[in-house]
Amino acid sequence: MDRDAPPMIAYDRVAKSFGATTAVDNVTLTVAHGELLAIVGGSGSGKTTLLRLANRLIELDAGSVRIAGDDIRTADPIALRRRIGTVFQAAALFPHMSVAANIGITPKLLGWSKADISARVDELLDLVRLDPAQHRRRFPHELSGGQRQRVGVARALAAKPEIVLMDEPFGALDPLTRDALGEDFRALHQRLGLTTILITHDITEALLLADRIAVMRAGKLLEQGTPAGLSASREPYVAELMQTPRRQAQRLAALLDGGA
Amino acid sequence: MSLLDDPRASEALAHLPDYLGSHIRVSAAALTLGLALSLPLAILSRHRPLLRGALLGAAGIVQTIPGLALLALFYPLLLVLAALSLRAFGVGFSAFGFLPAMLALALYSMLPVLRNTITGLDGVDPALVEAAQGVGMTPRQVLTMVELPLALPVIMAGVRTSAVWVIGTATLSTPIGQTSLGNYIFAGLQTQNWVLVVFGCVAAAVLAVAVDQLLALIEAGLRLRSRPRIALGALGLAALLIATLAPGLMVARATYVIGAKTFSEQYVLAALLEQRVEAAGLTATTRSGLGSSVIYDALKTGDIDAYVDYSGTLWANQFHHEGVAPRAQVLADLKRDLGRDGIALLGELGFANAYALVMPRAKAEALNIRSIADLAARAPQMTIAGDYEFFSRPEWDNLRRAYGIAFKTERQMQPDLMYAALNAGEVDVIAGYTSDGQIAKDDLIVLDDPKQAIPPYDAVLLLAPKRSGDRKLREALTPLLGRIDIVAMREANLRAATSDGTPDSVARWLWGQTKP
Repeated sequence: MDRDAPPMIAYDRVAKSFGATTAVDNVTLTVAHGELLAIVGGSGSGKTTLLRLANRLIELDAGSVRIAGDDIRTADPIALRRRIGTVFQAAALFPHMSVAANIGITPKLLGWSKADISARVDELLDLVRLDPAQHRRRFPHELSGGQRQRVGVARALAAKPEIVLMDEPFGALDPLTRDALGEDFRALHQRLGLTTILITHDITEALLLADRIAVMRAGKLLEQGTPAGLSASREPYVAELMQTPRRQAQRLAALLDGGA
Repeated sequence: MSLLDDPRASEALAHLPDYLGSHIRVSAAALTLGLALSLPLAILSRHRPLLRGALLGAAGIVQTIPGLALLALFYPLLLVLAALSLRAFGVGFSAFGFLPAMLALALYSMLPVLRNTITGLDGVDPALVEAAQGVGMTPRQVLTMVELPLALPVIMAGVRTSAVWVIGTATLSTPIGQTSLGNYIFAGLQTQNWVLVVFGCVAAAVLAVAVDQLLALIEAGLRLRSRPRIALGALGLAALLIATLAPGLMVARATYVIGAKTFSEQYVLAALLEQRVEAAGLTATTRSGLGSSVIYDALKTGDIDAYVDYSGTLWANQFHHEGVAPRAQVLADLKRDLGRDGIALLGELGFANAYALVMPRAKAEALNIRSIADLAARAPQMTIAGDYEFFSRPEWDNLRRAYGIAFKTERQMQPDLMYAALNAGEVDVIAGYTSDGQIAKDDLIVLDDPKQAIPPYDAVLLLAPKRSGDRKLREALTPLLGRIDIVAMREANLRAATSDGTPDSVARWLWGQTKP
């Protein structure tokens, strides 16, 4: 990685309040090119707000966000969002549009030709491991939860973004589907050289998928680092958080051994 | 005898293309205008709570105004606007018929569309709106590509409600001069022709259901993205419109329009006038069921060419003379007053249709009542029935002042039902009309009016200003003057009120009676 190049995403002393509630409090955080950063925190920790500040779905109060060195406030928010892929909670597919129309929406907004969009839709369905012939004409209500979120990922990648923002994308899925999708996305991230921010409340998911983890609580960024770095943290909440998967693993091992 | 052999049914069918066509035209125009106004307003007011509250409040108030009153209110309003426009721009327009009906119905159609559009847009999942913004849609694209399509079923439900309301309420546009399926209903009610009433109601209901189903088909098509459904629904609506335009275009426009108010004598007289005009080789058509206040203005502005009114009505109501005057003076006053409006009083038909206090002969004799003065002593224990306008007319004031008469109860009812109520003993006295056929038939007596509190009501034939010098029209109608006596008119009215007479056939009979 080029050490002199600016980080792909850089939050600098960012703050955002809703009325009397401070959602994001003086957060400074960078995501390097090609990195998968997980932001972990409970509900109300400000992690989702932080994500939405990056594509201006929410406007910040103070500080700045730079993408590839450019302050996002100088960019047109519509153009910015078309350049960034977003995967929403429970997919949020448009129920009145077919799978193909959902996936092709951003290219369509960008004015791609019909043929290009169609080819891209097939390519993406292959990428997220759904058979194009079988799925492109279907509607969201005809898909399983896992298939829907695969389409959600395909929609985010349609216009070939360099950055993908994921807002608790796998939260509503059953454990097996969730695991498979997480793995698949991690592989895609690598293969396409994406820069990804993944919001999750599940530290295990974060540990398994992310290069680096940022922990948020009550709007503040408590700690950031690699899984190994974080497990050495002395910050009580972070230490507690990092203990959880380990404790669970031990209990599970004991239970499974005991049952044998 | 089957229903189709009934002359009333065949007459009803003969009018269907005209009535149905006019009904659809005014409903379609009103709905289009209503939609064109309420959809953008709903979208505009979505994030503006004040505007939204004001709009929904105003539309809600409009909805509480009875349809008949709303339609009637638009007529004087437009009359004023037309006069202002004529003065300001030199361009006037007709405040009669289509325009007031269309505007009132459009206003009437707005609430369901406004409310359902706002509710439908509010009901869209906020997560989907955010996703739409997230994939890079502009606010307008979010609205057109996501919010409106998702709110469509709710919006269409509002449109369908509106359509059914408008089609139903359009039957009430007859009294302000817009031909509609209401012509059947109003004519039928006046002449006790229940076949006509049912025919009008069923036709309006069938039309409403058909339009509702076609809109439902389009809605399903939009929802399921099924082109054939949308096409079929749109085709159905288009066919309905074209089918109703075609006969209107093929029928040559009549040169003369005869007006008729909302009671059976007027239907018969209008038919008689029309027959005379046509017998003179001219073309004529009738606009019937017009309100008392609408018809005079319609004549003045030339929307109708001729009609029969009654001297006392015009003298007191239109020209606001007070007190009572002798017959000759009333006619002289009228000639002068009408002349100021440019209207020609062609002459009197020969009979009078005055208000009269009427009661059963047996009862009057038992109580020894011969005149209104005798009645005044008994009135505090009695109930009187009058038509919808009688108790607010100057005649009633005059009667009370002249005789000091006051009844226990005053009831308003449909003129034709008054006689039934009198015969059933439900009311003791009615304010009937001297030319009513039932007076002879039911053995009723007309009470004397020794103080002449009720002004004379000679039937007079009026011509619109633009027709006052029309020699052909004058020649066609002059033979009627002074030739219709009260006995013949009573008999004609009785025939019109019984089941075997249509206004046309009764008018032909009446013409036969006028031969010297």
